[in-house]
Amino acid sequence: MTAAEVLPVLAFYLFSGVAVTSGLMVVVARNPVRSVLWLILAFFSAAGLFVLLGAEFLAMLLLIVYVGAVMVLFLFVVMMLDVDFAELRQGMSEYLPLGATIGLVLLVQILFGVGAWFASESAPTLRVQPAPSDVQNTAALGNVLYDDYAYLFQASGLILLVAMIGAIVLTLREREGVKKQSIVGQMHRTREESIAVVDVKPGQGIN
Amino acid sequence: MAIGLEHYLTVAAIMFVTGVFGIFLNRKNVIIILMSIELMLLAININLVAFSSYLGDLTGQVFALFILTVAAAEAAIGLAILVCFFRNRGSIAVEDINMMKG
Repeated sequence: MTAAEVLPVLAFYLFSGVAVTSGLMVVVARNPVRSVLWLILAFFSAAGLFVLLGAEFLAMLLLIVYVGAVMVLFLFVVMMLDVDFAELRQGMSEYLPLGATIGLVLLVQILFGVGAWFASESAPTLRVQPAPSDVQNTAALGNVLYDDYAYLFQASGLILLVAMIGAIVLTLREREGVKKQSIVGQMHRTREESIAVVDVKPGQGIN
Repeated sequence: MAIGLEHYLTVAAIMFVTGVFGIFLNRKNVIIILMSIELMLLAININLVAFSSYLGDLTGQVFALFILTVAAAEAAIGLAILVCFFRNRGSIAVEDINMMKG
């Protein structure tokens, strides 16, 4: 076997091994900050898998949007909340047998489903958006996204807008005792209420 | 020895089950539950992209893009609710979230 054949296989096993391991570490790590960091590693490896699959745009999107924005958000929230995480971890061994049993059963079921699946012979003729071979992945995805899925694309933008407004509304609060600038108050000041003429007698000053 | 679609589907299945397992294991900690949901969504995205790549159909990647969008919105709203709840109750334990029981 040549290096050109071995390298993609090696890369696949490397990325998938790291992804699975770090995914497991996310759920068993003692400290939530470490969980977030393991999750970042899992996203990095998944981006590697995406590159191997030829979906470069989604891989970069995963890195920029997920690792760059969402995971940093998680990190901020985990560090901001002053929670006793040791207390939250109590009873974990109690749930372990049930969780492991259900997880194992689910995994076996999914793997049976995957093992029994095969592509139909007519599958290539049923393609909705055949991937062009002469255009790069990003350009091809852009062509599809802005032509055939333009309304859905706008709708996803609306979803993000609603999420943004919702997050701001939920977390914004008016605090008591904070000195803030009141622009309306400033503009409605009059000369009479701001200035007083005091007749100061010589040698006495203002008291 | 070539890597086929089944390999990717297996990796995605393992990651999805890890997410389900995480929800069971960390039943008290909302943050880890949110992270487990992110893990499950990532597994689904791997599935979609793998099918898209092996069947030569770009629709799967478009779907993965939309899932990414919705997952980002979900994470933002979820964390905002979490911060809001922590501010009001001083705790994020799941069993304390019962104010709407009536």
